[in-house]
Amino acid sequence: MDFYLTALLLGLCYSAIALGIYISMKIFNIPDITTDGSYTLGAVVTAILLTHHQPPYIILPLVIIAGGTAGAITGFIHTRLKINALLAGILVMTALYSVNLSLMGRSNLPLINLQSIFTIVNIGADPNQNTFWILIVFVAVITLLIGYVLKTDFGIAMRATGNSESMIRSLGVNTDRMKIIGLAVANALTALSGYLISQFQGFTDISMGIGIVIVGLGSVIIGETLINWLKVTSVAVSLLLVLAGAIIFQLVLAVTLDIGVDANLLKLVTAVFVLLIVSLPRITARGKSMF
Amino acid sequence: MIDLNHIHKTFNPGQPNQVNALNGVDLHFAAGEFVVIVGANGSGKSTLLDIVAGSVRPSSGSVHIDKMEVTKMPDYRRSQWIARVFQNPLSGTAPDLSIIDNFRLASIRTRPKGLSIGINETFKNQVRERISTLGMGLENKIEQPMGTLSGGQRQALTLLMSVMDSCKILLLDEPTAALDPKSAQIVMKTAEDLIKHYRLTAILITHNLKDAFTYGSRLMLMAEGRVQKDLDPGQKSALKQSDLFDWFA
Ligand SMILES: Nc1ncnc2c1ncn2[C@@H]1O[C@H](COP(=O)(O)OP(=O)(O)OP(=O)(O)O)[C@@H](O)[C@H]1O
Ligand SMILES: [Mg+2]
Repeated sequence: MDFYLTALLLGLCYSAIALGIYISMKIFNIPDITTDGSYTLGAVVTAILLTHHQPPYIILPLVIIAGGTAGAITGFIHTRLKINALLAGILVMTALYSVNLSLMGRSNLPLINLQSIFTIVNIGADPNQNTFWILIVFVAVITLLIGYVLKTDFGIAMRATGNSESMIRSLGVNTDRMKIIGLAVANALTALSGYLISQFQGFTDISMGIGIVIVGLGSVIIGETLINWLKVTSVAVSLLLVLAGAIIFQLVLAVTLDIGVDANLLKLVTAVFVLLIVSLPRITARGKSMF
Repeated sequence: MIDLNHIHKTFNPGQPNQVNALNGVDLHFAAGEFVVIVGANGSGKSTLLDIVAGSVRPSSGSVHIDKMEVTKMPDYRRSQWIARVFQNPLSGTAPDLSIIDNFRLASIRTRPKGLSIGINETFKNQVRERISTLGMGLENKIEQPMGTLSGGQRQALTLLMSVMDSCKILLLDEPTAALDPKSAQIVMKTAEDLIKHYRLTAILITHNLKDAFTYGSRLMLMAEGRVQKDLDPGQKSALKQSDLFDWFA
């Protein structure tokens, strides 16, 4: 059972990444894979500041700025230098590996017995319960914030940028600038997942980001399947379903481990699982059209 | 209102697929003028409109709006004067956004898009009222995604959107090309009403010679990137519809 509780907590930690990928991929229609780098960057910044005993009100903004800067650089390369978005993301991600390594000075930094976001308040005696409520509050705050922004005039302009560029330019929006902001927000959110995970697992590792983009993608795709299935048009509900996607994704991985799949095969299982969800609508559609 | 001086536009210069889309265009459009442009496919009509809007930069020559040099000003800044209706109904609206979201953006075309929520009941009622003037029954569908509407409905709404915020220049690139005759008529009628009511400077591109004959004060024929004929209101009213057909014979 502990297994599934951990999965739930991981799902909450990964919600931020899911929201980030939702913004870059679904709202801006940009395939951004800076993710692996900006996620680790968030964790690295957290680890360094925690080991230097910095207070949370310093750590959190710096993590957001670090992730946002990484995203903005990808956005700049993509829009101003007219480089394909995937390539721009790969470039920044690759560069971030060295940045992260030199920031940390080594490949692994343990964070045990340090103050963290999960030790700030003590709600219950059970540490897992404590972690759960802190994560719930954290995720609720960022979801409400994003939900609010997407409803504002600025947010509608963001959504239009990924939907009809000719239209929104003719309505006075600098789409290059908008995309840079969008990728900054997306990667700031991704860095927040790194921030949460490093404190949750009690260490930051230079390779923790490898393949993490697939976790975000998988969560968003599950969320989107739910969105289409329930015919949701509201932005707020869509965000909630993306969060649900992040949690379902982790629960499914927990099940596979639980039934005895080798942990070394976890990334393979993850990839196959994402492939399954992506192809499921097509397979069922073909099945239907046969009758 | 709009001045184009010695405009040349070459796409893909120096490459095998080089195209000289505009070859020296000099034009002055006065405020309140309603100009209709006709011409064969590829004669440079859309390129001319794109150069006025700022989505295409001329290879040489200069563009002035209201006596101000705007040759290098990007399209999203020229939107302070200019509203557009595109040939493709998909280009003028955001399909996944609701009708009301589309109208909200249009209503702040000339202003910054800030971090406050602008859609409230007053705004919704104002939009419903405007939309009802079309007589298409769309006023009860403002929460629906724009993409669920037909091309004709979307073009009609795009026209209304153009005057949601202050607007001096209206650019219409074959707004009825994809529409059935009835929707086309509603769109043309709406366009004419708005142009009169808001005293807009308007440029309309069309392949429909009947529309070209019926609407507008000034009529131009383009061919091979040049202005071939340019009829002022006097000459245009003297023109017979059959003369116009002869231009293309
Ligand atoms: N972005 C572009 N890149 C390369 N060539 C272009 C581009 N845009 C237009 N052209 C070329 O410039 C010429 C003029 O095109 P334009 O679209 O202005 O014609 P048009 O008069 O609007 O034609 P139509 O009636 O078919 O819309 C054409 O030969 C076209 O192929
Ligand atoms: Mg054209």
